[in-house]
Amino acid sequence: MDDQHRIEPAPDGGVRVHIPAAERELLLQLRAELLALLETSPDDPTLGRLFPPAYDDDRLESEYRRLMHDELLAGRREAFNVMEATAGQEKLSAQEAEAWLRALTDLRLVLGTRLEVREDTFAEGLDLSDPRAPELAVYGYLSWLQEALVEAVSAASGF
Amino acid sequence: MSTTLAPAEVQVEQPQEAEWAEHDRPWVVIVWNDPINLMSYVTFVFQKLFGYSRQEATRLMLQVHNEGKAVVSSGTREKAEYDVARLHAHALWATMRQD
Repeated sequence: MDDQHRIEPAPDGGVRVHIPAAERELLLQLRAELLALLETSPDDPTLGRLFPPAYDDDRLESEYRRLMHDELLAGRREAFNVMEATAGQEKLSAQEAEAWLRALTDLRLVLGTRLEVREDTFAEGLDLSDPRAPELAVYGYLSWLQEALVEAVSAASGF
Repeated sequence: MSTTLAPAEVQVEQPQEAEWAEHDRPWVVIVWNDPINLMSYVTFVFQKLFGYSRQEATRLMLQVHNEGKAVVSSGTREKAEYDVARLHAHALWATMRQD
């Protein structure tokens, strides 16, 4: 891994994030797009995966939704707010890094749903003739970042 | 009226017993496979939310990945709902049902 792309547990706890400014800008842009989608098109089918049903039973499910939906939505916004506030930092606390993990998960779920990603989508690498190639590359980048962050946060948490 | 009292008592007791049996059956929390969430992230979430060892969390993650689903916790309806909500907050595809 080159020096510009180094994500590692910090000696004094938390995580060190060395990524270039352009990539931080990309994260902020994707964050803004997802929050705008949640705001303007809450029924967009690509958002469905963020709020899966808990129950088979319709009555219990509507009760769960009534109780939990707003809280789950607020939690997602909170994670994205932490990501925005710390986007320029080289050092994240364990808590901030976990908020990044949740935000990255949401970004990957919505983008991956839109791109109809399957388990074998990248089995033969990125197909440059695929019209989805630019977005798939972004999705692949988010996957790399999340994988590296999970590893660093797990190590920082003693897992 | 007095003749209906005895059977009425019995009728009241029966559904109560049935309700208790219904209430006692534990609820299970199931995590389903999806093509997007990373295996490492799913393992991390299981460790963080349930305190599982790395080994146990990895075993459950692999069960989700290979078999399509795994039971990750169980208990009262309240506990199961709490666990499902925490899994949903971490964007895992979780559902619950009574065993």
